[in-house]
Amino acid sequence: MNTPAFKKETFRDDYTFRNSPEAIRRFPFPFAEDEYMYSVNIEQHVSTNPGSVFEHAIDIDEHYIAECEDRRLTLERDPTRYIALPHMMDAQWDMVELIMESLSADYPQWFELTKNGDQWHWVNKPLEIDQTFTFGDTSTLPMEPFEYISRQVQGDWIIMDHRDDDLFADMGMVTSQADWSIAFDAGMSFKEWHGPVPQANEIGIFDRALKYLLHLQYGSPVRRLNWTMTVNPRLDTSPEEFPLWGPDNASVTPENVGEKVHLRVELQALFRLPRSNAIAFSVRGYLISLDELVTYPKWAKRLRRVLTNLHPDLSEYKGLDLYRQTVIDWLEPLEDGAELSLGTQPE
Amino acid sequence: MSILNVRVAEIEQVTDVVKHFTLVEENGRPLPRFSGGSHVVVSMNINGRIHRNPYSLMGSPENTDSYHISVRRQEKSRGGSVFMHDGVKVGSELQITYPVNLFSLSKLGKKHILVAGGIGITPFMSQIADLNRLGDDYEMHYAFRSAEHGAFVEQLKQMCGDRLHLHIESEGQRINFQNLLSNQPLGTHIYVCGPEPMVNALLLTAKDLGWPKTHVHSEQFLAPPIGESFMVQLAKSNMEIEVPGDMSMLEAMEEAGLEPDFLCRGGACGRCEVEVLECDGALMHNDHYLSDAEKASGNKIMPCVSRARCQKLLLNI
Ligand code: HEM
Ligand code: FES
Repeated sequence: MNTPAFKKETFRDDYTFRNSPEAIRRFPFPFAEDEYMYSVNIEQHVSTNPGSVFEHAIDIDEHYIAECEDRRLTLERDPTRYIALPHMMDAQWDMVELIMESLSADYPQWFELTKNGDQWHWVNKPLEIDQTFTFGDTSTLPMEPFEYISRQVQGDWIIMDHRDDDLFADMGMVTSQADWSIAFDAGMSFKEWHGPVPQANEIGIFDRALKYLLHLQYGSPVRRLNWTMTVNPRLDTSPEEFPLWGPDNASVTPENVGEKVHLRVELQALFRLPRSNAIAFSVRGYLISLDELVTYPKWAKRLRRVLTNLHPDLSEYKGLDLYRQTVIDWLEPLEDGAELSLGTQPE
Repeated sequence: MSILNVRVAEIEQVTDVVKHFTLVEENGRPLPRFSGGSHVVVSMNINGRIHRNPYSLMGSPENTDSYHISVRRQEKSRGGSVFMHDGVKVGSELQITYPVNLFSLSKLGKKHILVAGGIGITPFMSQIADLNRLGDDYEMHYAFRSAEHGAFVEQLKQMCGDRLHLHIESEGQRINFQNLLSNQPLGTHIYVCGPEPMVNALLLTAKDLGWPKTHVHSEQFLAPPIGESFMVQLAKSNMEIEVPGDMSMLEAMEEAGLEPDFLCRGGACGRCEVEVLECDGALMHNDHYLSDAEKASGNKIMPCVSRARCQKLLLNI
């Protein structure tokens, strides 16, 4: 991707968030077919398609500065969005290494890392940070290592301790979640935090996914996509703040649906961490308004078909019931019944 | 699966049957970090046939300049360890997998008891480095046959100080598991690696004394046993291959150009599991992974160590 100019925009109050045509083009549209059901849709997280969101281990795009600022505002209101249990200190440093190494390798124009033994020098130009510290020595950073670095990256991160043949959510930075809470899920096991998800357990998805993840290897990360919809481009749709965003779900009308309703796609990547043997789970959200999405007719038609066929349990779980039909009706004029090519590409 | 190319930088004869190899990245770059208890799988080209054996990493996880493995010469095995002893020299190039940890320390443990028999000491060397770094409470119990078989005793004394307890069999010193496992503080975890009878005895004692399963950890990589040759049909790849007596099914599939999944190659991790669609004879399960019920049902097999005695075997791979 060409160097994006980082945008000045908001994800709350006046909601000035918009995608550039280029950001629309690289949007990770999740539907390869006209039907959607949960599956163990895990693939190797290897670099594909230069310019796409899959090019780098951690994607930085035009919303970088604005998303970091939104995280800062959320943490100011509610510091419990960051949690790290005491036994996760090795994992904290693993995260410093993962993020600093991959950003500086993939985006040298913005991030620089120089190491002299344990003396590290980190430069983050977009956020105007210049920090020298001793790797492994918490007292040399202004805050805990994982909080420090996760404030400088887009997307939520949940770090799981691997023990007793299970994974436990013992650390996290979660400020842009689709209606779940790290304060509530902290310390839970894989099956426990997936408890509210309908249908998936019955078809064996969580058994297979957990088995797969317990064998995840350092150096071979994997990824999957998940999706939901959000009214207004709001990152912080947390249960804690439900009173602030919940009522918006009833505000969708045929007149404002194109502007208000957003498809929200999560690029979830999983990395084994070397020192701690923990697993990092990144949830990087991408928002696109329906007005932006329908610039590609294939996506418009496919989204309409997926929403029309969606299992009612999934629709309810994802919180779409109040406005799903309005979206389908609004997309109706774009439907010509043509057979669409398989795959997620925009045309 | 990510692969590392390494060169043998040093070889040390530790006892008359154990050699210690120092491996460095072929271009001198740092090797990946790892956590205590990790292993790598080493590929060896023995007369055109690829053997792959798992070995624990013994060095400190802090050290990314070199990896350290130790190999006990097993005369009666299929040749991997003999090749490491006789065929591998300083300067030899080898391929290894990225480190994998199937024997990690529990981060919630209040105290850790490490029990090693013979060459089973290897995974503990890196665990001790982690425990020392974290300042955790532990005891290291190391049992071996006689003084000349005590590999790494000097190094262990330096690392563990008075946390090290030696049990030398020829001097009548056996570990009393009953005593060791009784009266430990709540939150203690125990880890064992060594010969099968020792591991089983410890697991049994722990069970009898009511230790929670989640606090008892063992690592045992089996070498694939030698057996009779048999034929296997692979449904998805649509081919039939022969598994010779001195090869595992996994190796035979690799020889045939397939790339089946694996991590431990020793029947411990479960990664290589395949579904058995048809078998007109007996499956010979040699792994520690499947439960007895799963073994009896005959629907799954671990091709890294298990074999079959039958006319027709059809696998879903
Ligand atoms: C190990 C890292 C993972 C973490 C930390 C995680 C966490 C979560 C959380 C917190 C939720 C929301 C549950 C709620 O409503 O309270 C969720 C939903 C879900 N997860 Fe995971 N998950 C992980 C991996 C996976 C994997 C590997 C799969 C593979 C199939 C998966 C499948 C799902 C599905 C299907 C949902 C429902 C999503 C929706 O409809 O919006 N998860 N996950
Ligand atoms: S590879 Fe681990 S059980 Fe077969």
